[in-house]
Formats: sequence, C-alpha cells, structure tokens
Amino acid sequence: MSLATKTPKSLGALRRTFAPWSDPASRPLIRFEKITKRFGDVTAISELSLDIYEREFFALLGPSGCGKTTLMRLVAGFEEPDEGRVLLAGEDLAGVPPHRRPVNMMFQSYALFPHMNVWNNVAFGLKQEGLARAEIAARVEDMLQLVDLAGYERRKSDQLSGGQRQRVALARALVKRPRVLLLDEPLAALDKKLREETQLELMHLQQKLGTTFVIVTHDQEEAMTMADRIAVMEGGRLVQVAAPAEIYEQPNCRYVAAFVGDVNLIEAKVAAIAGSETALVSGSFPSTIRVGQRVDARAGDTVWLALRPEKMRISLAAPAEANANAAQGVVHDIAYLGDFSIYHVRLADGTLLRAAQPNLTRLVERPIGWDDKVYLSWMPDAGVVLSR
Amino acid sequence: MARSRQNPGRFLVLLVPYLWLGFFFLAPFLIVLKISLSHDVIAQPPYAPLLDLTQGWQGLKNFFSQLDFSNYALLASDTLYLDSYLQSLRIAAVSTLILLIVGYPIAYAMARAPERLRALLVMAVILPFWTSFLIRIYAWMGILSRGGFLSQLLLYLGLIDQPVEILYTNAAVYIGIVYSYLPFMVLPLYATLEKMDHALLEAASDLGARPIAAFWRVTFPLSLPGVIAGSLLCFIPAVGEFIIPDLMGGSETLMIGKTLWTEFSVNRSWTVSSAVAVVLLAVLIAPILIYQRAEVRSLEAR
Repeated sequence: MSLATKTPKSLGALRRTFAPWSDPASRPLIRFEKITKRFGDVTAISELSLDIYEREFFALLGPSGCGKTTLMRLVAGFEEPDEGRVLLAGEDLAGVPPHRRPVNMMFQSYALFPHMNVWNNVAFGLKQEGLARAEIAARVEDMLQLVDLAGYERRKSDQLSGGQRQRVALARALVKRPRVLLLDEPLAALDKKLREETQLELMHLQQKLGTTFVIVTHDQEEAMTMADRIAVMEGGRLVQVAAPAEIYEQPNCRYVAAFVGDVNLIEAKVAAIAGSETALVSGSFPSTIRVGQRVDARAGDTVWLALRPEKMRISLAAPAEANANAAQGVVHDIAYLGDFSIYHVRLADGTLLRAAQPNLTRLVERPIGWDDKVYLSWMPDAGVVLSR
Repeated sequence: MARSRQNPGRFLVLLVPYLWLGFFFLAPFLIVLKISLSHDVIAQPPYAPLLDLTQGWQGLKNFFSQLDFSNYALLASDTLYLDSYLQSLRIAAVSTLILLIVGYPIAYAMARAPERLRALLVMAVILPFWTSFLIRIYAWMGILSRGGFLSQLLLYLGLIDQPVEILYTNAAVYIGIVYSYLPFMVLPLYATLEKMDHALLEAASDLGARPIAAFWRVTFPLSLPGVIAGSLLCFIPAVGEFIIPDLMGGSETLMIGKTLWTEFSVNRSWTVSSAVAVVLLAVLIAPILIYQRAEVRSLEAR
C-alpha cells in the first residue's frame, strides 16, 4: 500500500480544513475530565479538563514543572490521577496498566534498550503481542524503511548518532500502531538544524499514518511549527488552548503573550471605547493609543497592550500614516541577527521597547545606529489588548 | 617507551603495582611451583632438591634435573584429590547459585528503595564484616548443632520430634558459605541495578511487556555484568574455602582447601600440598579470565 496515494492533497491543504475541535458533533479521542494530580504536597495538575481529537497533532507547551509531562504520563499509565478521569475513545483508563493501553510513548531520553540492536528494539513491542514471526519481521522492516533506517538493523544504540537514535525510538513506538503516540520532548537532544528537519519529517509522518500525536515541549517554535493545536500550561493549569496562529496573534493573557514569541507589554488604562475602537492612555506615551479592537473592559480599567516587535516600524522620520500610533525614543541597543535586527528603543520615561526590522539590503552600515533619535510606529490593529 | 622516557614519573607509577605483584604474587607462586615439582625428604625444609647457587651453573643443572612431576602423577592416580576438586567445584557452584537466588531480590529491593534509605541498606549489608568472621561461624555452629537454636525452634513448632543436627553436613557448609559470601553477591548486583535507567522499564511496560516479561527481557540482561561479577567473587574463593568446610562440614565434606590443609599439616607433605595448590590455581584461572573479559566488556559498554 502506497502511503503517497492516500494523501493526494498537500499537507497545508489538509491542515487548513482540519478542525474537529470546532465541530460539536466530533467526539474526542482523549478526554481529561477535571484531572488533579499531586506529588506529596506539590499539586502538579489541578482540575484540568481537555479534549484531544483523532488525527490531531497536539502540543503541550509550558516551562519545566508546569505539569505537561505529568499530563502525558497520565495517558501512558505511568501515573494515575488523584481526582478526575482520563478517557480514551470514551473508555475510562483508570486502573489499566501501561502495558495494556493502546498508546505508546517516545521517551525524552529515547530509553532504547542498550543490550538490543535496532531490529530487536523495534520488534520488542510486537513480540510482546505474541505476533507471528513473519508478521513481526514485515512490520519492523516497513517501519525501519519509513524512518529511513534500513540497513541499520544490526547496530546497537551506542553505535548510532543522536538523530538515528531518535528515529529508532520513534519507530519502536509507532510499529505498535498506537491510537495515540506520546512524544516527550522528542527533539530536545538534537542540534538546531536536525531539529528543524525532524519537525517537518514528524509532521509528514503523522499525516501519512493518521495517528494522533501528543507532544510535550518547552520549545514554542517546535509547538508552533508542528501542532494543529497548542495548549499553553502554567502551574498545572491550561492557560490557553488554540491553533498556533491564534496563540501567537490573539493570546488571552500576558503569560501566553510573553511565553510564545517576543512581546512588548505596555501597561495602560482604558480611556474610551467607541465602536470597534478603543483608546488607551499610558504614562509612557504622550498621546492616546488607538487600538482597532473592542475591549471587554470599562473606562479606567488597567489593561496591557501586547505588541510584537515585528509589528512595529522604526524610522528616523515621523510616520506618514495618519492613523498610526507613534512614539519617539533613542536607540539604546541593536541586536543584529542577520535576517532581522532587534532595536531596543528607550522612550522619554525610560521604558524600553523592542522593534524588529528585516534586513532587506546587504548594507553593512545600517541607516539607524546607536543613540539615534527614532520614531516607533504601529497600526491600530498591530497590538492586542489583554485584561489579565 | 619514548613517552616513559619523557616522563619518568609515569613509569614509576606503573612500576609500583608490577613490583607488588612480582614480589607478593609471582615470586611466592614460583616457589610453590618449585616445591610442587620436588619430592619429600625428612629434613628441614622437608623437600628436595634445594637450589644451591654457590655451585654455579652445575648446581642449577643438578637442581633442574632432579625436578619431576611425580606429585602431579599422585594427584591424578588417587581419586581422593579428584573427588575433592569436583566436590569443591560443585559446592562452590551450588552455593553461588543459591547466593544469586537469595542475593538478587535483596539487591533489587535495595536498588528500588527510596534514595535516602539506600546508603543505610548498603551499610546493613556490610555490617556483619565488623564482627570477626570466625565468631560468626561459631555462632552458626551454635545455631545448627544438635540441641542448638534451630533444632529447639523446630521442636517447639512441632515440625520435628527429635533434635536434629544440621552441623557437620554439607547442608551446614552451604549455609555457612551463603551466609558469609552474601555481601559479595549483593553489592555488585546492587551497583548494576542501582544505576539502571528506570525509563527502560517504563519503555518496556509502554511497549506491552508485563512486569515479569520486562524483568526477564530488560532488567536481568542489563544486570548480567553484576551477576557475573558477583558470581565470580563468590565462586572463586568458595572453591578454595577452608574454614567453613573444616568447622561446619562433616566427614562427607571433601573440599580441596581441607584436603590441602590435611596434606600440609597432618601428612607434612609440602610437595603434594603445593601441587594441589598449583592445580587449584590452574582450575580457577578459567573463571578469572571470564571475569576479566566481562569486566572489559562492561567498561567498553560504558
């Protein structure tokens, strides 16, 4: 069976139409129902509810200690919730030991069996199922082909590179044809370049196999690239669950805005709400800030304006657009990244704002230098107003 | 060698252990080997020929011409010696197996114990060493003798109606060896089990292995270096064990250490006892080589 014929559309076309979470008729594959998990005095997860759907590539994103790994281990069966239920395809997983759950996990350390070669590592799970030898051999070979490891069957794990070991771990989990593949920081041990390639490979693999992937990561880029939806976690709770673009462009709080990508957070007060526009006042800016968004707040409430650096313009002359917000400042620092430069601009009251500009020319001498007086400007719809 | 000339300190450091082994192992062994090739005489020392270097080359030639293998021929002709060797190997092998069966669960439980408890448990395993070995053997003799603690306990429980004597049987020898050697089995096993990555067991379980399958397919194979180290640490000294079979064994117990001692102290035959010792060493070199190979392999694997 050729996997290519099953996916006639491009990856993008498939992903654009995939949104079972917004379809009230679809039933979740994994459902967390008011889960609480404690370790001694520490509450790792508190009253968390979440649905993950069939064929979804779902990312649990958060800093270390936020409970994302614990959540994953609850699905694998290495932990049992203190309160609440974990349902897989409608069935309560309580009391089902890990070896009887139709989910497989790819461990952060890969946990390859050091005394077995690649073939035996991948075949291990199938042997436990008591399958016939011929079927085991066929499935192991197919899987090794799929992860591009054909020819490495006799190698032991200490004779493999980091990327190869990662693929053995992946093959070993996928060969069981699990309902859900759990990936615990699968790319953390790889270098940047290999990580980026592997991200795309994982996406294609997931699309080909149609397996539900749940990935735990602290790397927001990884989550943004691969996932259909991202759950941002903090302190054992979900802060926001949404598609990557929504998480980035419409964060629901300062925590998400700051954790995913770079952001300028400006504290301000609501001055007036008129139609679909809101006016904010902030001590850092001489004039009111216009925001093209209706804010769920009353005049006088404290809010925060989240402005992504790449959505701000920096110029030596005053901005020409009539409706642009603008502020004057002095260039305090420049971080030259090659593709982008990040300008740290100090406003009159000492507030530092960051603006990112693509370096569109090959000039080594940039027109804007240290201590230059510059204008920062942004359109009313560039920022998002956060009330918490 | 160029490097050692550049750095004489390095050469000296290497020299120390070789000198130590040369003086305290190789030289005594050569003396024992020489005595084993001599023959008994009633004299002081009780064997001949003696090496007389004052006669120069001729003396050396005389000395070597008088050496022969008659003691080894005796060992081969009298079944007493063969039986002793075989029984020693058997008792050592069975003891090692029992030690493995008893020691593995202990080491496993220690390795799985909460981290703060582990140091304490290791201490508990080593603790008996703080009492003299002989005193502990005498204590066991008290327990196993006719009318001893064990006999009394079994009588009290109604399991037997006559006092039993376990002492002076091979069973007593097994008990003595297993008891005395247990730390040598537990500690290497503990060392390998303790450093084993717990994620491997989780992975096995995740892939569908029931706990028993996970143990036999993952835990046990990975603990093999510890199993081999512990087994050889117990087996090798157990083959040559003298005190335990002498104090706790009976007339049926025919171990080579005891035979050697009898040969040396009762028969006053230095030459035959030396031959017994040389053969014993040859027999034990095989497991020592296995041990070394396993050691090298586990070092490479690290």
